[in-house]
Amino acid sequence: MSWYAPRHLDEALALLAEHPGLIPIAGGTDVMVDGNAGAAGREYLSLAGVAGLRGVRETPAGLVIGALTTMTEIGRHPLVCRDLPALAASARATGAVAIQNRATLGGNIMNASPAADNPPVLLAYGALVVLMSAAGPRRVPYARFHSGYKETGRRPGEILGEILVPFPPLRAHHYFRKVGTRRAQSISKVGLAALLAGRPGAWECVRFGFASIAATPILACALAATITDTDHGLPRDEELAEALGRDIAARDDIRSTADYRRRVAMNLVREALAPWRLQGGFDASN
Amino acid sequence: MHEDDTFGAPPVQESPLRKDGTGKVRGTARYVADLSYPGMLHGATLRTRLPGGTVVSIMFDERIPWREYVVVTAKDVPGVNAVKMIDQDQPVLVETQFRHAGEPVVLIAHQDPEALARAVAAIHIEERACTTAPVFTIDDALQAGTRRIVAGNVYRDYLMVKGSVTDAEADTCHVFEGEYQTGAQEHLYIEPQGMIARVEDNVLTVEGSLQCPYYVHAALVAVTALPEERVRVQQCTTGGAFGGKEEYPSHIACHAALLTLKAGGRPVALIYRRSEDMAVTPKRHPSRSRVRLGATSDGRLRFIDIDFAIDGGAYLTLSPVVLSRGVIHAAGPYRCDNVRVRGRAVATNHPPFGAFRGFGAPQSIFALEVALDGLARALGIAPDVLRARNVLAPGDVSPAGQKIEGPLDMQRVIAQALEACRYHDKAEAYHRWNAAGRATRKGIGLATFYHGAGFTGNGELTLRSRAGLRVNAAGVVEILTSTTEMGQGMQTTLSWIVAEALRIPYEGVCMARPDTRDVPNSGPTVASRTCMVVGAILAQAAHKLIARLRADAALPSSYSYDEFRAACARLPTADGVTTVMADYRHPAGNDWDESTFQGSPYASFAWACYVAEVEIDTMTGEVRVLDFTAVQEVGRVIHPTVAAGQIEGGVVQGIGYALFEEVRFGADGQMANNRVTNYIIPTSADIPPIQVLFQESRHGAGPGGAAGIGELPMDGPAPAIINAINAALGTELRHVPAMPEHILAAMDRRTP
Ligand SMILES: Cc1cc2nc3c(=O)[nH]c(=O)nc-3n(C[C@H](O)[C@H](O)[C@H](O)COP(=O)(O)OP(=O)(O)OC[C@H]3O[C@@H](n4cnc5c(N)ncnc54)[C@H](O)[C@@H]3O)c2cc1C
Repeated sequence: MSWYAPRHLDEALALLAEHPGLIPIAGGTDVMVDGNAGAAGREYLSLAGVAGLRGVRETPAGLVIGALTTMTEIGRHPLVCRDLPALAASARATGAVAIQNRATLGGNIMNASPAADNPPVLLAYGALVVLMSAAGPRRVPYARFHSGYKETGRRPGEILGEILVPFPPLRAHHYFRKVGTRRAQSISKVGLAALLAGRPGAWECVRFGFASIAATPILACALAATITDTDHGLPRDEELAEALGRDIAARDDIRSTADYRRRVAMNLVREALAPWRLQGGFDASN
Repeated sequence: MHEDDTFGAPPVQESPLRKDGTGKVRGTARYVADLSYPGMLHGATLRTRLPGGTVVSIMFDERIPWREYVVVTAKDVPGVNAVKMIDQDQPVLVETQFRHAGEPVVLIAHQDPEALARAVAAIHIEERACTTAPVFTIDDALQAGTRRIVAGNVYRDYLMVKGSVTDAEADTCHVFEGEYQTGAQEHLYIEPQGMIARVEDNVLTVEGSLQCPYYVHAALVAVTALPEERVRVQQCTTGGAFGGKEEYPSHIACHAALLTLKAGGRPVALIYRRSEDMAVTPKRHPSRSRVRLGATSDGRLRFIDIDFAIDGGAYLTLSPVVLSRGVIHAAGPYRCDNVRVRGRAVATNHPPFGAFRGFGAPQSIFALEVALDGLARALGIAPDVLRARNVLAPGDVSPAGQKIEGPLDMQRVIAQALEACRYHDKAEAYHRWNAAGRATRKGIGLATFYHGAGFTGNGELTLRSRAGLRVNAAGVVEILTSTTEMGQGMQTTLSWIVAEALRIPYEGVCMARPDTRDVPNSGPTVASRTCMVVGAILAQAAHKLIARLRADAALPSSYSYDEFRAACARLPTADGVTTVMADYRHPAGNDWDESTFQGSPYASFAWACYVAEVEIDTMTGEVRVLDFTAVQEVGRVIHPTVAAGQIEGGVVQGIGYALFEEVRFGADGQMANNRVTNYIIPTSADIPPIQVLFQESRHGAGPGGAAGIGELPMDGPAPAIINAINAALGTELRHVPAMPEHILAAMDRRTP
């Protein structure tokens, strides 16, 4: 096993350009779970000591989060708590304290698990990811980044450097809920993050990001379209469910059933939309 | 009642520090995987993959230099190729026929773990499947025409009868019936199983993680055909067991022993990885109970009629005794003249199920306690009232025919539990909460039960346990027992009992390592028997020691610790130590008829009333336990912290059993979710405040009137929680684990 521990970004990128087979490692909380992590022949590029990849800063367009920022830092960061409360919530729902101290946002994205907790929130917030290589940075809308089960648009020689999250509309509803197998240290059975702003007929923003109901974290576009295409009030439950059915590909697996996932996903959508139902007096009996 | 008057002297210290605590906290305790010997080999096990069939051939890829390896198959077994348990049906290594996936066929060892892994990948076991489909459920196994593993697929068929259910049925007013199921449960002790075997001074020495040194010893003698004195078993610090290390350590010890014998005595370590441990070692027996209860309209039980069945898996192992305990506990601590409990242990193609804290009782108690709530609803009687109306009182005769004696009083236990949790206020408040149409529903539920301590029936007579004390000239008293510490606090409790009996400080007592060369056979560390049975033997030994000190060393009739030590120094000895031994004494009048299941099945019971409060999210079916109250009458508490720890730990395990822990079986019948990511046990975030209260009427057969408590707390949580959920939602859940998926489905099934 070999271990490269560069201190500077250009050094890291040069190493990776030279040895594209190096496995980037950040907090190691996914990498180390593999029982063969220490096997002979494995070569790691540790990003933990690379200057400049960690922390949260504010720009006129939004927040920039370094890929090496840990869940603990994100969960308590004043800017994140102020502007992106759903991300603060998802970071605090990731694993438990000991994991949060090591787990990074970049690692959570790059591990590309459909069950990861933070990707749905980044989808709902319309984030961009910045991939860095010796050839220079490249920005990709996060909604187009996950190409298949455990696959991403990362190219050889690239690392994930930063995540850009635009400021949400001022008066928006930020929703995050993870339905896991227990209250901590659990892999989600369904996760939903939503950013909702405006009102029926005049929506500013309708985005639903889901975990664990398809092969990748997904943005539920059909669901959003059904809502934005409805001029008066909210679509009926059957319409929402039908649209959601087109977005998701829930499956039976070792953790839950497709049926449970579809049903709970729909219940969470209803919960996220509850303020509009109540305000609009729409279906208030529910 | 214990007739001894030396107990109950004011303790020096309420809860002294645990004997095993410092080493564990500081990391100096040595578990088997921490040990290493020069030249030690690492072993691995190759197993069957099909759920029953025959091994056709074993192929060894010729690219591997096999001479470097130690390879063992059934041909290499010098003695009996069977794991010594109740029966001898389970091979140590498969020859040709096998019954389940995961049976060991080939053992292999090498000094270099990577070379070992290469060789494991280069051995191919060719298997032929049975012509019939495997059976994986109790009902399939009992159905005509399915694959037979043993005759009728029934290992044991027991019947416990009192009065006549048939007669009672003739004039009963209300009959309630239901079918109840409990799932398998994985122990998930922190330390996976493992053994190291070696030959030292011509003695086969096996050490490892285990509960019962003499079980392992007997198994080794049988498989190696060595004389008893040439086999030695030692316990290493053991990281949890819960029954899971009662039986399987014998398998691993036999495997490691076969490897070391073939390797000319070189040490061989056979340490399981978590995934292997979870896939192949025994779990709690799944169960299915059909319960029929007959009652008068004011809720007096007229009959209890139960058909109880447990899934034993592919070999008999401990199923007969799990079954008998399940049968005896099936009718609960209730007064009822007409009882019929039929119990069957059924054969399936799963790996064998085995001992797990509670040992059959949690399964049958679950069924009865949930059925009682069903009966209460049908009669329109509150569940607490129904129970208070029927629990056994002093003077009553239990379903097994045992006379209940005071001063213990179950009414007092129930009353304290209801008061401690403010049961009636809560029930009322939750009712209001639920009527308000919120996103969650709340409920409160209870279970009343007892758990017998010690081996069932005449088991303790057969065991004839022995334990002793060894004292040196410095007056240090060492406890000699094969009883094992596995985190339950045994060392602390037994040391306390001995210190108290000798009237010396707790610090003056220590434990000898469980080593079959050094300690007598005090029986296995199971069945809530340690404190009550072994504790009582040690108290006897302490009295013998005092008598010896008085007779031979002029110990004054009342003495200080210094005088005690001075007397020890005066004891005439050849080798500097004096050893006293004591034997088990069966309580008078405790007779048991195995054929009729009548008599006194246990010397004493601990009695309890547990109350669970839950909140269910109706959108997701997630359950949160809000509060838990556990009141128990245990005779006497020896060490308050250890005792409370046992109850809290058992309640947590029971919460897991009720709500989280689902063993999922693959198409091969083995556990498919054999990883801690997918087999979900509760974490501290899932655990409510647990209020633990003890009543101590000194009714037990142990020191100072103590009864056993180790398994008791496993019995109550599951039924209390399911009763609370059903109360909250108006559902009819009748199984555990009740996963959110099942809860949403049960809500759909409700009839308005
Ligand atoms: C006990 C436990 C509980 C957990 N619970 C949760 C949970 O509740 N929710 C959840 O979502 N996850 C959970 N996880 C998974 C894990 O903690 C997260 O996915 C975490 O965010 C991974 O971050 P890391 O820095 O540790 O990644 P690492 O393990 O270092 O890396 C993960 C992957 O990303 C790649 N990588 C990392 N950083 C970069 C980068 N900057 N550029 C390119 N590639 C990179 C690595 O090569 C690797 O493939 C849990 C893990 C454990 C062990």
